[in-house]
Amino acid sequence: MTQNHPFAITLDVGTSLVNHTGSWRTVRPEYVHRLPPCNHACPAGEDIQGWLAHAEGGDYEAAWRALVQNNPLPAVMGRVCYHPCEGACNRAQIDSAVGINSVERFLGDLAIEKGWRFDAPPAPSGKKALIVGAGPSGLSAAYHLARLGHAVTIREAGPLPGGMMRFGIPKYRLPREILDAEVQRICALGVTIEYNSKVSNIRDAMRDGGFDAAFLAVGAHIAKRAYIPAAGAAKVLDAVQVLRSMEGEDKPLLGRRVVVYGGGNTAIDVARTARRLGAEEAVIVYRRTREKMPAHDFEVEEALEEGVLMKWLSTIKNVDGGSITVEKMALDDKGFPQPTGEYETLEADSVILALGQDVDLSLLEGVEGLNVRDGVVEVGPNMMTGATGIFAGGDMVPSERTVTVAVGHGKKAARHIDAWLRGQTYAPAPKHEIASFDKLNAWYYGEAPKTVRPTLEVARRTSSFDEVVKGLDESNALYEARRCLSCGNCFECDNCYGVCPDNSVVKLGPGKGFEFNYDFCKGCGVCASECPCGAIVMTQEAI
Amino acid sequence: MLKQIEGSKAMAEAIALCRPEVICAYPITPQTHIVEGLGELVKDGHLTDCEYINVESEFAALSVAIGASAAGARAYTATASQGLLYMAEAVYNASGLGLPIVMTLGNRAIGAPINIWNDHSDAMSMRDAGWIQLFAETNQEAVDLHIQAFKLAEELSMPVMVCVDGFILTHAMERIDVPEQPQVDAWLPPYDPVQVLDPAEPISIGAMVGPEAFTEVRFLQHYKQTQALRLITDYARDFEKAFGRESGGLLRAYRVDDADVLVVAMGSVCGTIKDVIDEMRDEGIAIGLVTIVSYRPFPTDELRKMLAGAQDVVVVEKSIAVGVGGPLANNVDMALRNLPDAPRLHSAVAGLGGRPITKPSLHRLFRQASVQPWEGTHFLDLNERIVGREIHTTRKKRRSGPTAENLLRRLATEGDAR
Amino acid sequence: MSEARETLAPGEAVQRLKFYQKGTFTVGNRLVGEDERSVQASQDRSNALTCGHRACQGCGEALGARYAIDAAMRATGKDMIAVNATGCLEVFTTPYPETSWQLPWVHSLFGNAAAVATGVAAAMRVKNKRTRVVAQGGDGGTTDIGFQCLSGMFERNDDVLYICYDNEGYMNTGVQRSSATPPAARTATTPAVGDEPGNVFGTGKSVPKIAVAHNIPYVATATVADLHDLERKVTKAMSVHGARYIQINVPCPLGWGAASHDTIHLARLAVECGLYPIFEAEHGRITHVRKIRKQVPVTDYLKRQRRFAHLFKGDRPDPRVARLQAMCDANIADYGLVAGADEEV
Repeated sequence: MTQNHPFAITLDVGTSLVNHTGSWRTVRPEYVHRLPPCNHACPAGEDIQGWLAHAEGGDYEAAWRALVQNNPLPAVMGRVCYHPCEGACNRAQIDSAVGINSVERFLGDLAIEKGWRFDAPPAPSGKKALIVGAGPSGLSAAYHLARLGHAVTIREAGPLPGGMMRFGIPKYRLPREILDAEVQRICALGVTIEYNSKVSNIRDAMRDGGFDAAFLAVGAHIAKRAYIPAAGAAKVLDAVQVLRSMEGEDKPLLGRRVVVYGGGNTAIDVARTARRLGAEEAVIVYRRTREKMPAHDFEVEEALEEGVLMKWLSTIKNVDGGSITVEKMALDDKGFPQPTGEYETLEADSVILALGQDVDLSLLEGVEGLNVRDGVVEVGPNMMTGATGIFAGGDMVPSERTVTVAVGHGKKAARHIDAWLRGQTYAPAPKHEIASFDKLNAWYYGEAPKTVRPTLEVARRTSSFDEVVKGLDESNALYEARRCLSCGNCFECDNCYGVCPDNSVVKLGPGKGFEFNYDFCKGCGVCASECPCGAIVMTQEAI
Repeated sequence: MLKQIEGSKAMAEAIALCRPEVICAYPITPQTHIVEGLGELVKDGHLTDCEYINVESEFAALSVAIGASAAGARAYTATASQGLLYMAEAVYNASGLGLPIVMTLGNRAIGAPINIWNDHSDAMSMRDAGWIQLFAETNQEAVDLHIQAFKLAEELSMPVMVCVDGFILTHAMERIDVPEQPQVDAWLPPYDPVQVLDPAEPISIGAMVGPEAFTEVRFLQHYKQTQALRLITDYARDFEKAFGRESGGLLRAYRVDDADVLVVAMGSVCGTIKDVIDEMRDEGIAIGLVTIVSYRPFPTDELRKMLAGAQDVVVVEKSIAVGVGGPLANNVDMALRNLPDAPRLHSAVAGLGGRPITKPSLHRLFRQASVQPWEGTHFLDLNERIVGREIHTTRKKRRSGPTAENLLRRLATEGDAR
Repeated sequence: MSEARETLAPGEAVQRLKFYQKGTFTVGNRLVGEDERSVQASQDRSNALTCGHRACQGCGEALGARYAIDAAMRATGKDMIAVNATGCLEVFTTPYPETSWQLPWVHSLFGNAAAVATGVAAAMRVKNKRTRVVAQGGDGGTTDIGFQCLSGMFERNDDVLYICYDNEGYMNTGVQRSSATPPAARTATTPAVGDEPGNVFGTGKSVPKIAVAHNIPYVATATVADLHDLERKVTKAMSVHGARYIQINVPCPLGWGAASHDTIHLARLAVECGLYPIFEAEHGRITHVRKIRKQVPVTDYLKRQRRFAHLFKGDRPDPRVARLQAMCDANIADYGLVAGADEEV
């Protein structure tokens, strides 16, 4: 006290700090992490919110490195993933979902442009893993196993890597140089890929090569056939065959009028491919309605833009030379199509069947303990088949058949294989509660509609295999990243620090977050109410 | 410099010589001429470095002064009567916060009935508010007391009220020696506050104090006033040395030697009383006067010494504590408490609401003290017939009408029947 | 791109951080520079009103006062003095022997904060100091008992920013009605009993509008729910001289019968329903109105407060809810609170 203060009526500043109001508290705030719905929805198990947080700060390399912790193929995924993350995104309830997929592609493309490489693997474990098939799950497993220090060899029956990414997805959706660049980066980790090297018996291959474990990822390449009476001159092809031949020297000759039979994404792909090969007319014949179609709506939309025609509620009864006969269907009470007995004739130079694919299981013959059901291999929760040391994933196991699911299988299998190789059991970290929309305080997010990705003009789409959907540039990728709500995870918005009437939130500095000063916190709960992202909970004090 | 000048004008000049930094002005008769005078001095550039603020009420006047004083500025304001009551809350606050504000009180009666003339009821209403209250006998003393008031206030961190009789002093033109600026500058140092609102050294002024410390706060305030008793005397002596005239102090004696009868009074009425005393002394009556200058703090010990030995003490005061009697008489009584062979005390209330206190009335009063002493409170020159009639009427009739108007009506119809 | 960043210096225009979607309305934003963040986001904020004060849990006034004074502290380089009227803010911050203030601060009386501040400002002027003065009080000390001093300070254009923390009642003395209490609200002196429970539907008393009528250089309303707006207004107020008035809506969990965690939420709803218009005026003219962002019916606001609970007790809707909604609608029309399709919100 430097001034001679009158007693009691004049006080020295800040003296209330001796009054610890924390004793008033009956509930206390605590910082928590909740699981963002996007992460929860991602079949590849990406920490989307995590890498978007780096991206929105403009640190794209850190974002990419965070992304490839879980998925080695961001440039591919940014094109072909059907992004269930966006379907789960809480932002859709404010304006529209964050364009996660487009930011992922931006990061993937930027990594290719900048030549970013994966971190070098740690010291070799001395263990060898054999992977059968260089499709998405095989490549993913190889990448993760390599990063865990294991020696990885992929044996691929075909001449090139990528599996269905190359032989099933048309170029206009996935340019091959993108695929090649990301595969090459995996190989740079020391992964060996042996092409044209079909494994005919897995046990023999493991024994001969001295492999400690194997991951099977042969995919599903055998087209399903349907019995359709056909005259001799009729040209009936299957979609897998058509799309595969697109990668070869001789492009398939489909004629002027092409009919595609099926309603999945493959049907759409092949119809759009037909248009690009010069077909004046590409008609998809599907036995149910558009709403029931398994193909993704945006792909149907793009196909329609390109002039692909749709014939709903129709089945092909027979194929005869230059024409086909279709029967009109009607949906019954349960939504199943039933024949009506009404027929129609369509001109068709070729008919392409896109009715799904089966797995080639020949390499598994004689393997003990292994179970096959409904044409696919059964695996346990650790992705191991009934046969010890043999794991499997991708389209050959029971699951949704997408690239993203396959990549997720690869990662998951790799973690279990790693643990198995080390004589351990891999236990994934318990999942946090989902940060559903009701956990957020959405007031704090400014309105910002989603960025629409530019697309190639229609005229050029039907005449070339140029990529249809374009990427974002830096400014709009950043914009999109910043639309992320950071559900369930603190993004250092300073709200708790600002709104506390008792100054009892301590700001620790950039990247360090906050902590509560329980000496003074009265437990009012304003911080939890005003936390935009639901990263604070109030818990009862033990009194 | 000697001037033939109105009291208010002289006070304004004296206050200006004290270099107040913030002056709060709000009109109320009879102090208005003082703040008008100050306003002119600020406007015409005589008083520089001074903020002259026309506020919207007396409450604001003292509140502005409180703020200015707490922020380290020498602050001044003036009021009277109702104005003092209107700022009452701030009056207590200024002293409670220990802010050395100087305020002139142009003493005036309090309504109802509304009355603009002089008495001391306004000062008495705030006698326990923690301010020093000094009563000027003359305009010369009024001038001098203001200069002393700033020094006292600032030394003690306590506000000072300089009480000057409305009209009798404030509006009187007379010869007054108004000091020169160098004299005042030499005598009155710049304001050096013990506490000040300063961003370089922040403090919180005006805390809420509970039962655990409130008694101590009040004791310290009381203790400070007892300290003031010594300081008031010292400053009066210093002032006399510097300015060559006696002014201020706790109390003043006039012809008290060997007096059998001692009159006690405050303010301008002492001039009249002195004339009466001179006349009575000429007649051989041993009578003297003790003038109280410092009503708060009340100079109990000094007064006791002065009054001891007299046979009769007559207190003449311009206020009435309704239901009790004269407040000054009560305080004088306190001074006589436990005094062996204490003189008899006679209390007289005079000059309420501006009624002239005449020499003949005082002659009668002082003689009566020794020959026909009275108990209780004597109302000098009370029109007993009129109040008797009014009391009678109100007893008979519930709705007898407003007393003041009844009295006026009776005065008009019946004349002055004293 | 069209969403290009539009950040304007605080105190100059309405802050817009359109490009930074995430956390646009939050206290801080790690994506913008330090100088563009709110004062409250800073680790170096003054905490002019620091911990250990005795305000209730979730006190809006404690929050509003720190928001406002910290912003003023930054705007003045901490060269300022605060004058406080009697009331909750004074009592919970300075009970002997502890004060929570960290700036020079004086409390005199209930009704004289504006006048005391005038005195402090006069002292600073006469001493040629640049120190600025802020007076603060609750709605009782401002709109009722301190109103005369406030008007005098306005009319003389004294160099004082007066901040009224409006919690719509005399909360310190136990929740009695003030002239800022909304119609129908239950208080201790307008109990929710009888045929006309709660506060009367009077004619209303908008002190911000009265301040505007004084033609003073700056008048604004704000809430604790919009920190950026509040800080901008305080900063703006401190950038001009003369009499200034800011009235901040500060919900009182105790007096309003609301959950302590709802403080900011209620302030937000008060604005979004139209009951509490947020605007600013300069020299007698309204210059800016904060548009409603997501309009809500007044019932959303009323139902979260027990002081209005009696309006929702009966089987049939209480007609006075419609009257309150009409008040909101009138505000929306008078102030233009709802943006047109082409207007920025």
